[in-house]
Amino acid sequence: MTQRERFDYWLRIGGAVAFIIVLVVVVDIASHGSFLQPSNIVRVLRQITYNCILGVGQTFVIITGGIDLSVGSLVALTGVVAALFANTVHLSGFPLIAATLIVTLAVGCAAGYVNALPVVKLNLPPFITTLAMLEMAVGAAFILSHGRPVALQSEDFQNTGIGSFLGGLTSAFHLPSIPVPVIWMLAVIVIASVLLNRTRFGRYVFAIGGNEEAARLAGINVARVKTAVYMISGACAAIVGFLYMALFSSGSPQTGTGDELLESIAAVVVGGTS
Amino acid sequence: MRGIGKSFPGVHALSGVSLTLAAGEVLVLVGENGAGKSTLMKILSGALAADEGEILINGAPVRIASPQEAQHLGIGMIYQEFTLVPQLTVPANISLGAEATHAGLIDSAAVNERASRVLGELGLDFPFDVPVSRLSVAQQQLVEIAKALATSARIIVMDEPTAALSGREIERLFEIVRRLRANGVGIIYISHRMEELPRIADRVTVMRDGRVVETRPIGEFPAAEIIAAMVGRRLTAHFPEPPAVPPNAPVRLEVRGLRREGVNDVSFSVRAGEIVGIAGLIGAGRTEILRAIAGADAPAEGEICIDGRPLRTGRVAGAIEAGIAFITEDRKAQGLVLGMTVRENVTLAHLTDFIDRDQLVNVARERAATVRMIEELQIKTPGTEQLARNLSGGTQQKVVLAKWLLGDARIFLFDEPTRGIDVGAKSEIYKLMVDLIARGAAIVMVSSDLPETLGMSHRVLVVRDGRIAAEFSRTQATPDRVIAVATGAAA
Repeated sequence: MTQRERFDYWLRIGGAVAFIIVLVVVVDIASHGSFLQPSNIVRVLRQITYNCILGVGQTFVIITGGIDLSVGSLVALTGVVAALFANTVHLSGFPLIAATLIVTLAVGCAAGYVNALPVVKLNLPPFITTLAMLEMAVGAAFILSHGRPVALQSEDFQNTGIGSFLGGLTSAFHLPSIPVPVIWMLAVIVIASVLLNRTRFGRYVFAIGGNEEAARLAGINVARVKTAVYMISGACAAIVGFLYMALFSSGSPQTGTGDELLESIAAVVVGGTS
Repeated sequence: MRGIGKSFPGVHALSGVSLTLAAGEVLVLVGENGAGKSTLMKILSGALAADEGEILINGAPVRIASPQEAQHLGIGMIYQEFTLVPQLTVPANISLGAEATHAGLIDSAAVNERASRVLGELGLDFPFDVPVSRLSVAQQQLVEIAKALATSARIIVMDEPTAALSGREIERLFEIVRRLRANGVGIIYISHRMEELPRIADRVTVMRDGRVVETRPIGEFPAAEIIAAMVGRRLTAHFPEPPAVPPNAPVRLEVRGLRREGVNDVSFSVRAGEIVGIAGLIGAGRTEILRAIAGADAPAEGEICIDGRPLRTGRVAGAIEAGIAFITEDRKAQGLVLGMTVRENVTLAHLTDFIDRDQLVNVARERAATVRMIEELQIKTPGTEQLARNLSGGTQQKVVLAKWLLGDARIFLFDEPTRGIDVGAKSEIYKLMVDLIARGAAIVMVSSDLPETLGMSHRVLVVRDGRIAAEFSRTQATPDRVIAVATGAAA
């Protein structure tokens, strides 16, 4: 970057940050000082957690020039599968949570793989393949659950869903407790950011998005990278499905089929990815 | 057209070009790739603006600022690349932009009527209600012509209209051209095929290096003299003499019986320390041969051996591993990721070498390697973190070269290595090629710049219609001979 471009870059970033600060201050004044209360900040964080995780997965897909319309309904499917699995296996405590998470992630990755297959093999537009997955996943969720939420029999997931992280420590400092799902979100963000910015895979994701033909001629296995980004998006949907299931103590075929899809895409686009 | 001049950054595409066209005349425009024919025609059709000069139609000066204005002035242009909308039907394409309407809705009866009138005039018979994408390439070419005629053009420019046509369709096209001529339409016909000229031309204008060198009636302009005028005695860039290939140099690259779309039974070999130039017209299959070797396209048939070992074809990663570097023709579309930095582009094909044990990319090492390349190739960039988008053409080309020099490639496939870059960068690239063969690399170079091909190659293969039509040694290869084979004037 030249000096001039670097200046422009920081000017833009600075402008955006300044705008957000002004906005927050205005809202805080309008709400008579309650917006910036630590408890409210935690509440906001908790609310954005689920869409943020979906947005992270969506980011990978959108950078390569694709789109994943199926994330919302994959949340429903993975949530139902997670609840059914947890009710079926004879495990408890940590092994139960871990096994359920692994199974849920596997379902999400598999769905992502199926999304990618027609995209990389038949060159079908991802809009179509993931739209098909959207319908199939909802359908599968309804069939598996017989159209009703699957109530979780175990109570071992309560901490994952609504528990707080290091509750003793935060209360010692008179701070609100940090919900466990927020920790999940932070973990997903950190992992994704390292993956995108520091690894070969991330570099390839950007290269394919920037110029797919150049990437191919540089010897990059474009099909494999594209398959991986849809699997990552599926895995992120699975994490959300798992967290929702833990939060509500049930897997419902109707979760995730509301605003999740639009908001996950909006988060990515407003965040500057294209 | 009088005294037309046009410059692009770094090149004088046209200078002082004048030509006249009478009603009911076919003027054939010939010249090598890059002679300025297409630029001149783009100015006539309003796609480009001239820097100087004027255009007169029926004696009156006109200003042509857009393709629409050209159309109003009765200038029809048939481009080499199709301008049809593949999903629309033949009548819809013919009327595109000039649809007859009735109360704001398209009057499809009138649109169909117009199409059948034009097609009738041309003696063509097409299925009407299918999208043009279902027609053959040759049929699409004819629809393109019909589209130009439908605007009742009085001047029609055809840019290599026979390039996509076969024998019978060419006959039909000639018939159409003759019929138009009889109706008083003036036609400018760009062609690379010598054998067509006597059959269609009234006069021939030869262009070279952005100038008109000669115009004569076809009867007084034999093919040999046309070729001589095309080639000319031009300012030749200074080429470093490539060192002779050692007599015992091993064969680096061997291609046997390569066959795919546009490539017909191509076999050749290149030895260590040798530069083999591939000459031929655009579309003759030169790039296709390189792409098949580089694994970018899978060949239908054929074998490729690197240092005597067979290469699994159709895999780019495999070709790179075997030591093949493919420096593509179009650096913006195929060579670079413009939104990435110089560093990211340089290391892209060999990123595996920059991965630490923790699986993360070592940016510091990347930067060091890029700095080394910037110094070695004298890449004019403010730094490793500059976006490729912001560099000049010659500098971008050097970034592409740096990408391939980073590995230990021993076979370099250059496709138009110096297109659109300035003279200084050109000679640096020539010097680099000589350095590469001195280190035992083998080079295959495709170039439309004939002096470059002849000046840099130990051997020249001439490709025509996907086949190697002739092979010349460095001493045998003269511009006249090569062009004669490439254009089909000689076998």
